Amino acid sequence: MSIERRAAREPVILEMRSITKEFPGVKALSDVSLTVTAGEIHAICGENGAGKSTLMKVLSGVYPYGTYSGDIVFQGKDVHFKDIRSSEAAGIAIIHQELALIPELSITENIFLGNEPTRWGAIDWIKAKKTALELLARVGLRDDPDTLIKNIGVGKQQLVEIAKALNKSVKVLILDEPTAALNEADSQHLLDLIRGLKGKGISSIMISHKLNEIEQVADSITIIRDGKTIETLDVVNDGVNEDRIIRGMVGRSLESRFPEHTPDIGEVFFEVRDWNVQHPQVPERMVVKNSSLNVRRGEIVGIAGLMGAGRTELAMSIFGRSYGNYLSGRLFKDGVEIELRSVSDAIDHGLAYVSEDRKALGLNLLDDVKRSIVSAKLSKISRGPVVNDEKEYAIAESFRTSLRIKTSSVDAGVNKLSGGNQQKVVLAKWMFTDPDLLILDEPTRGIDVGAKYEIYGIIQKLASQGKGVVLISSELPELLGLADRIYTVFEGAITNCILAAEADPETLMKSMTSARKKAYSK
Amino acid sequence: MSQQLNTEKNTSGGIRDLRRMFGGGRSSLRQFGILFSLIAIIVLFQYLTHGLTLSSGNLINLVSQYSYILILAIGMVMVIIAGHIDLSVGSVAAFAGIVVATSMQDWHFPWPVAIVFGLVVGALIGAWQGFWVAYIGVPAFIVTLAGMLIFRGGNQLIGNANTVPVPEGFTVIGAGYLPEVGPYTGYNNLTLLLGLIVVIAVVMSEWRSRKVQRIMGSSPAPLWVSAVKVVLLSSVVVYATVLFAGGRTGTSFPVSGIILGVLVLFYAFVTKNTIFGRHIYAVGGNKLAAELSGVKSRRVNFLVMMNMSILAALAGMIFVARSVASGPQDGLSWELDAIAAVFIGGAAVSGGIGTVTGSIVGGLVMAVLNNGLQLLGVGADRVQIIKGLVLLVAVGVDVLNKSQGRPSIIGLLTRNRKTNEFPPEPPLVVPGSGTPDTARPTATLSS
Repeated sequence: MSIERRAAREPVILEMRSITKEFPGVKALSDVSLTVTAGEIHAICGENGAGKSTLMKVLSGVYPYGTYSGDIVFQGKDVHFKDIRSSEAAGIAIIHQELALIPELSITENIFLGNEPTRWGAIDWIKAKKTALELLARVGLRDDPDTLIKNIGVGKQQLVEIAKALNKSVKVLILDEPTAALNEADSQHLLDLIRGLKGKGISSIMISHKLNEIEQVADSITIIRDGKTIETLDVVNDGVNEDRIIRGMVGRSLESRFPEHTPDIGEVFFEVRDWNVQHPQVPERMVVKNSSLNVRRGEIVGIAGLMGAGRTELAMSIFGRSYGNYLSGRLFKDGVEIELRSVSDAIDHGLAYVSEDRKALGLNLLDDVKRSIVSAKLSKISRGPVVNDEKEYAIAESFRTSLRIKTSSVDAGVNKLSGGNQQKVVLAKWMFTDPDLLILDEPTRGIDVGAKYEIYGIIQKLASQGKGVVLISSELPELLGLADRIYTVFEGAITNCILAAEADPETLMKSMTSARKKAYSK
Repeated sequence: MSQQLNTEKNTSGGIRDLRRMFGGGRSSLRQFGILFSLIAIIVLFQYLTHGLTLSSGNLINLVSQYSYILILAIGMVMVIIAGHIDLSVGSVAAFAGIVVATSMQDWHFPWPVAIVFGLVVGALIGAWQGFWVAYIGVPAFIVTLAGMLIFRGGNQLIGNANTVPVPEGFTVIGAGYLPEVGPYTGYNNLTLLLGLIVVIAVVMSEWRSRKVQRIMGSSPAPLWVSAVKVVLLSSVVVYATVLFAGGRTGTSFPVSGIILGVLVLFYAFVTKNTIFGRHIYAVGGNKLAAELSGVKSRRVNFLVMMNMSILAALAGMIFVARSVASGPQDGLSWELDAIAAVFIGGAAVSGGIGTVTGSIVGGLVMAVLNNGLQLLGVGADRVQIIKGLVLLVAVGVDVLNKSQGRPSIIGLLTRNRKTNEFPPEPPLVVPGSGTPDTARPTATLSS
């Protein structure tokens, strides 16, 4: 209603009507609508996987016309974008989380890449540089346009991206997590710039997990949950604040999607103290800050945090320093300090890590089921250097039965299995190493509901066997349903620790989106 | 999934058993295809050369002429599985050859010591290249391109760009044959014995694989399939044995062929049945996943590069022994022959895929082609053109088949057969994100 009122005041520049986008077996967007008026900043909020990025990909032509249903009306005309170029030509530019700049080229070269001004067939560099200077002035970047991209920071690169979009006389700018990689000052500058563009009639659509920023700059907010539009809020008229947004984002009831489980929790056996890790490429960036946590036997410990908060970085750096540069921190297992310098050290000390990226980090997709299952501890079925085929087969068969891995045979290639069954193979691979502590990073990502339920059962069974489980998940209901205790992570630091019985989505989301550090004891 | 099961059932008749004859089910289609191509090429040239191809003299010549390339292919396939390439093998072979020849001529090393010395030289060169690849992180392409220059130059520096002769004892490994022993039979007795051993091994391994299949609970192919397979393979072996044993007096199965055979058996076992072998495939298939499974990928890369250079040194020595001297042009463009053999044999450029036996068959395809064209009097220029085209077509077909979701090599022939004779295989699209799994896990082919 408020939007309609505003529409009367300001012309609607972009309207997406009833957008539905399906992937094989998954409905990523269902009947989503979005209305953006000229010269406004429109934020899109939702949990990870709610469908925000998919919606923006539909808008920018990454998913071309015909692969989705619904209409996009831009400046009063029905538009059918067939790729990014055609949406850019119309005046819609998207700036991705991962910047699409070429590090070895200069600022000018990047701005005009694919759009070079020419004179008699040769690039007119004088004109290009002149235009580049004007554009850089508009975005408030005072660097020499001949500077190579790799020599400027991420914040400035973001500005170059915007300059590049401005050069294409953009009407609607889409920013996907624009401040995720930026520090406080750079973020502020960027937000100011977006506000400035608004004054010049350029609308921005902004996806961000940082709710305080949204509250600060957005004029209206559309909330998406599970691929559906939940509501569109007018920031000023509806008196929106962070709590209001969070309620919209998580406001679903917890269904009984979890198997019955009575936790049997023992003593603390694994402890991380004051863990500090640097980014592997950017040393000044800390990806894990002073984090401490502990795990009891038989306990499922959840880690909640938004994408990029440092959950995976924390887990992988503990698992044999497989991510980032280890700075300081100590690990204790059964009261004894241990040092895990490599992944094989970690495996030998009874740790297992199931990666969030099953295909890139979890499996060798060229391999078959049986070879994948035994791959993390071949020594267990080998005599000397020789692998025992028969034992391998027997072990693979037993996991296939106990985890109900659906495959025509254990000789089948893992690439032929569905996501859920691939994940079971990965779980089998780590269960085979007989770990005491399992770190599961998004174990149910991209998996259908039935397989999820089975994986929940496996996780609970592992805990009942007295193993410690660390469960990293973006889905709050999953954490609340499975975990006994939940740590929240924000910007690399642990911000809270709550007993799952006492937690609710709102409290978790608050600790996940702000550094308000509370004293926690558990 | 049920569709796949149906397909299996439908093909469970003759064709699938025929495929199982050559070592397994779906996955061995590649081996089958390339073996099929090899047989086709042999038959073709046997016809075109009016029986010259499969004559004693030519067969013996073929083995001793190509054994060193095939030895290189063994090492090369491991390098390629790990995701690298080695361009230096020809130069390393030449370098090891000249060092060994010089050691015998100038320093009077006895030839057995010289052979060991040559292998040590190969190991040192391999350690050098492996160090750069594995621990510094320079791409193997660059490291071995440099090695190609360095060791070619090294060969010419040590030999003053001249040839260095080798003593007669040493030539056994390249030009020697199994000696004549025992009563006169008109054939070489040791070659006959070797043939007999191979036949026994064929029978035993088939018997064992049936036993293993039964232990593992999968149903072995019907007995007649095993019988036909054993009879077929044995008759091929017997035929070859008679040819090798019945050559000109003084010739028989070449010693270099025996070295090759032992290496093939050893490395096929290493790649297939050892932890190290598994790790090579893991690193080449997905390095990050391998590292996160505790595989020390640097060590694997180092050892694979080192092994390649040891085999290159051995190949170089065999070549020197065969030509009775080491020269500055030895081993020129061997790397290309070895790499071609590996890719024709089904390895993937991106790593993670390939087998020792496949590469040997791929190398034999090239060898028979080369040899047959020479017998027909085709000029070296045209031979090169034909070899180039064969390589391109073989890998092209492989890529096409892969893009259709089936990893198969010279699959053109088998593919046509497939579309005619079996129902189409189900698309191997990864069900991936969230295809509901409805089939019960118990519905399997093997049970």
